[in-house]
Amino acid sequence: MADFVGVDFYEMDEMLSDEQRLVRDTVRKFIQDKALPIIEDHQREGTFPISLLPVIAEMGLLGAHIPDYGAGMDALAYGLIMQELERGDTGIRSFASVQGGLCMYPIWRYGSDEQKDEWLPRMDAGEVIACFGLTEPDAGSDPSAMRTRAERDGDDWVLNGVKYWITNGTLAHLAVIWAMTDDGVRGFLVPTDTPGFTANQIKAKYSLRASDTAGLVMEGCRVPEALRLPLAEGLKAPLTCLNEARYGIAWGAIGAAMACYDEALRYAQVRVAFGRPIAGKQLIQEMLVECVSEITKAQLLCWRLALLKDEGKAHPAYISLAKRNNVAMARNTARMCREILGANGILDDYQTFRHMVNIESVYTYEGTHQIHTLIVGQKITGESAF
Amino acid sequence: MDIIVCVKRVPDVAEAEVDIDSSGRGIQLGTLGYVINEWDNFAVEAAVSLVEAHGGKVTAVTVGGEDDEDVLRRALAMGADEALHLTDPVFEGSDSFGIAGILSQAVADIPYDLLLTGAVSGDVGGGRVGPMLAAMAGIPHVCLATELSVEGSTARVRHEVEGGLERVVELDLPALVTVQTGMNEPRYVSVLGIRKAGRKPLRTAGTAEIGLDPDTVGPAAVRVRIDEMFLPPRGEGAEILAGNDEDTVAALVDRLRQQGGI
Ligand SMILES: Cc1cc2nc3c(=O)[nH]c(=O)nc-3n(C[C@H](O)[C@H](O)[C@H](O)COP(=O)(O)OP(=O)(O)OC[C@H]3O[C@@H](n4cnc5c(N)ncnc54)[C@H](O)[C@@H]3O)c2cc1C
Ligand SMILES: Cc1cc2nc3c(=O)[nH]c(=O)nc-3n(C[C@H](O)[C@H](O)[C@H](O)COP(=O)(O)OP(=O)(O)OC[C@H]3O[C@@H](n4cnc5c(N)ncnc54)[C@H](O)[C@@H]3O)c2cc1C
Repeated sequence: MADFVGVDFYEMDEMLSDEQRLVRDTVRKFIQDKALPIIEDHQREGTFPISLLPVIAEMGLLGAHIPDYGAGMDALAYGLIMQELERGDTGIRSFASVQGGLCMYPIWRYGSDEQKDEWLPRMDAGEVIACFGLTEPDAGSDPSAMRTRAERDGDDWVLNGVKYWITNGTLAHLAVIWAMTDDGVRGFLVPTDTPGFTANQIKAKYSLRASDTAGLVMEGCRVPEALRLPLAEGLKAPLTCLNEARYGIAWGAIGAAMACYDEALRYAQVRVAFGRPIAGKQLIQEMLVECVSEITKAQLLCWRLALLKDEGKAHPAYISLAKRNNVAMARNTARMCREILGANGILDDYQTFRHMVNIESVYTYEGTHQIHTLIVGQKITGESAF
Repeated sequence: MDIIVCVKRVPDVAEAEVDIDSSGRGIQLGTLGYVINEWDNFAVEAAVSLVEAHGGKVTAVTVGGEDDEDVLRRALAMGADEALHLTDPVFEGSDSFGIAGILSQAVADIPYDLLLTGAVSGDVGGGRVGPMLAAMAGIPHVCLATELSVEGSTARVRHEVEGGLERVVELDLPALVTVQTGMNEPRYVSVLGIRKAGRKPLRTAGTAEIGLDPDTVGPAAVRVRIDEMFLPPRGEGAEILAGNDEDTVAALVDRLRQQGGI
């Protein structure tokens, strides 16, 4: 079968610079050559394809948007990277989002120069894997309900608590932990070999199987003040990181949708029912047209959002709108494509079902669909409805 | 050590179903994507890693239109230091001889120790440009290289010859080597490399700049004309096994047994 060429109904390629197109095509080819041949095995086993990490790091995809320490790509190129990674698998994109958007970003933004120099180069090189611990078993959408505490003890901090649903949790060398202190929420860089720190994989997942999801337990974890992020004060800090990663998710969702649409379109063109390819049936065309329309709209949203982001004008509510819209779009697209594949659509010979169930996680993490509704709702009405 | 590497952007026909266009002399390009010619990708890797080891610089060269600049940006992102885009409306429709002529005229002004090209290109697979360029430049050449190293003013090349044999030869530099796929493991372009590429020199030149007689290129100068292009007729003996994987594999094993294949 011919290689994936992406979806570009509105000739948006023309709006990309040579540099952006080259970035996209390079990641696309990497996914085609290296990730797709192994991803179903990892899906089955419930493991992250860690063998891809050296190339992902060599290509500079982890800190691609971090100035000075990574390649410092523009927002559009960064988005295209996320799109192509998720076209492979949401687990691969999630790894990169967590490492870059949720972990390198806060160190870059809220860390001391010593912290930046110590961690960012090794994180960009994939030598240090990091995870982001905000969610707890009883505090998801409402992180202010967190129970993890950090108590000051001389020059140290002592952390106690449980974080749950943490991507990269058991792979990580470094955990960015958000904990309540007497002065509000603060961020800590906790090496995962700190005594009292344990990570346990959450195994029985239907979704995002090719990703490492874990529970973290901290019992009297002692870290020096030098490992606290000095500029992070209050919940605003972790929420700003989420904003960064959500931007990438809005793009990633397009990648997942493209993968499904591409597969369904090709299938419909060769699958014969009632004497003709089903691509020639009105009901199938309606679904395919719905998919391509929604993908195109999502691309236009992201394209504009990228330009706003580079100008420093991407209001969090804009990013919420894109995350909310595009992930819902990908969810619907995957289902329609699954339908077009008939019974074959439930097999792992095809990628659509894998994307379809992965998107359920994306729908919930980084702010659920409902939470983004409330963020946009508050922005347009001025009323908080949380 | 200075290396010039010739690269070309080709339609990606490797996995696609290819159809003949209405002229009957070419293929329909419509939905095909474009990529760097696979062989050239190995040649760029060879050039970049030789220069990393020995010092010097890599210049990537292509002959083509505006869109073909992509392939030079890619070579720069992989580590080439400079690029030369040979572009001129009169170049269009040249045959291999014409292309080799353009290249030889252009490289005459650039100092080099080694000229690399892909062994063939993925679109037509002629494998002519490299050897013709070597002849025009008056330098020795070897084709289908699978290993390449340089010591002083000598290149040591392992290459494929007929009969499934391989040979190791030595050439005096400057020389031209055409690169076979599999010679190395081409690196993935990094995003940092792509950013750096934007700041590297990319020069364009046409007939005037390289001092080429326009009458030697383009359709009028073509010496090999394509009469007709077609998909080979399905052979008599060919049989396509239909059905699901299990049935077709069983049927295939059966056939092979009957014919004494296994
Ligand atoms: C695979 C996976 C990976 C993850 N990775 C990470 C990670 O790396 N780091 C991390 O910190 N977290 C991570 N998470 C956690 C994720 O961010 C949370 O699951 C998410 O914030 C939702 O929290 P919850 O699951 O507790 O749901 P809840 O907050 O309990 O929500 C349950 C339902 O109630 C709705 N709801 C909640 N509040 C309101 C309201 N005010 N009005 C209307 N509806 C509301 C929600 O939309 C949802 O539908 C991950 C989750 C998954 C599934
Ligand atoms: C888990 C499972 C168990 C099953 N068990 C059995 C069983 O016990 N016995 C048995 O006999 N079968 C069984 N089936 C097969 C099932 O009945 C078929 O999958 C179903 O009839 C659809 O056929 P198909 O998968 O070939 O899809 P296709 O017929 O190829 O359809 C593909 C898509 O095209 C659409 N389509 C087809 N024709 C048209 C048209 N004219 N206009 C518009 N759209 C059209 C379909 O709605 C679908 O979306 C099972 C399937 C599954 C998934």
